Amino acid sequence: MSEETLNNSAISLAALKAGDRTEFARLVDATSNHIYHLALKILRDPQDAEDVLQESYIKAMRALPEFEGRSSLSTWLYRIAVNEALMLLRKRRVNLVPVEEEADEDDEQPGMVLTDWVGLPEDELLSAESRQRLEAAVDTLPDTLRIVFMLRDMEGLSIKETAELLKLSETAVKTRLLRARLRLRNELSVYYGERFVEKSSE
Amino acid sequence: MTEKCKCQGLASSISEYLDGELPPELCAELEQHMSECENCSIVFNTMHKTIDLYRKPELNHPLPDDIKSRLYHRLHLDDYLVKKT
Repeated sequence: MSEETLNNSAISLAALKAGDRTEFARLVDATSNHIYHLALKILRDPQDAEDVLQESYIKAMRALPEFEGRSSLSTWLYRIAVNEALMLLRKRRVNLVPVEEEADEDDEQPGMVLTDWVGLPEDELLSAESRQRLEAAVDTLPDTLRIVFMLRDMEGLSIKETAELLKLSETAVKTRLLRARLRLRNELSVYYGERFVEKSSE
Repeated sequence: MTEKCKCQGLASSISEYLDGELPPELCAELEQHMSECENCSIVFNTMHKTIDLYRKPELNHPLPDDIKSRLYHRLHLDDYLVKKT
């Protein structure tokens, strides 16, 4: 979660800890959109995401008196939500985070698509259709890759923070991240590559 | 269009480079290589752009109203929801 979200609204931790409902409402207002979509990206199920959203704030409300402020409020809340989502995901799909990566480590790497489409204009890269395509591409990644990609690349956590949250080694995070990036890069290269060729021949 | 890049092993260095996790001596080596290898330079540019596109706030959707109101209700904050809208 971006620090600005909370800094701009200057939410008072002291007021929150004192049980100030107005301040808690402001915290919910500033963060709930992000928390919900984060849970939705992890779980890919709107009902599950809504459960996580509600449970996260309930847990946060209960834990606030003990919150020592070692991390920022946003990071703390974010961790509660990610942990809630992961817990639910583990319940649903037993095999979420295998200790060892080897099982699908050696799958045949697809040939690299080598079209340089980065010159496409931004409005084309982020058109409604392209955005759908971006979301669909990340949704089709296996859980193990998608969650790492989401935390590191979409949410901007560091490799270390991602590793800590997922209880993985940093090496495992880097390996999964690479595989996720390669898959997405390839998929987007096919999609944008076609548009780039059309554009160049116009 | 699809081909095996001869330098496929470098993809992991490119990924680490993008994270700022590649040791400095390897950074210089990779930069030198990319200046001479078109394929690796394309992989670098497109991987960078891929990550960049996923960081765009344009991908964020608003919180649906019904979900928001159920959340506020569950947290006993209904009166704040009314004030906001």
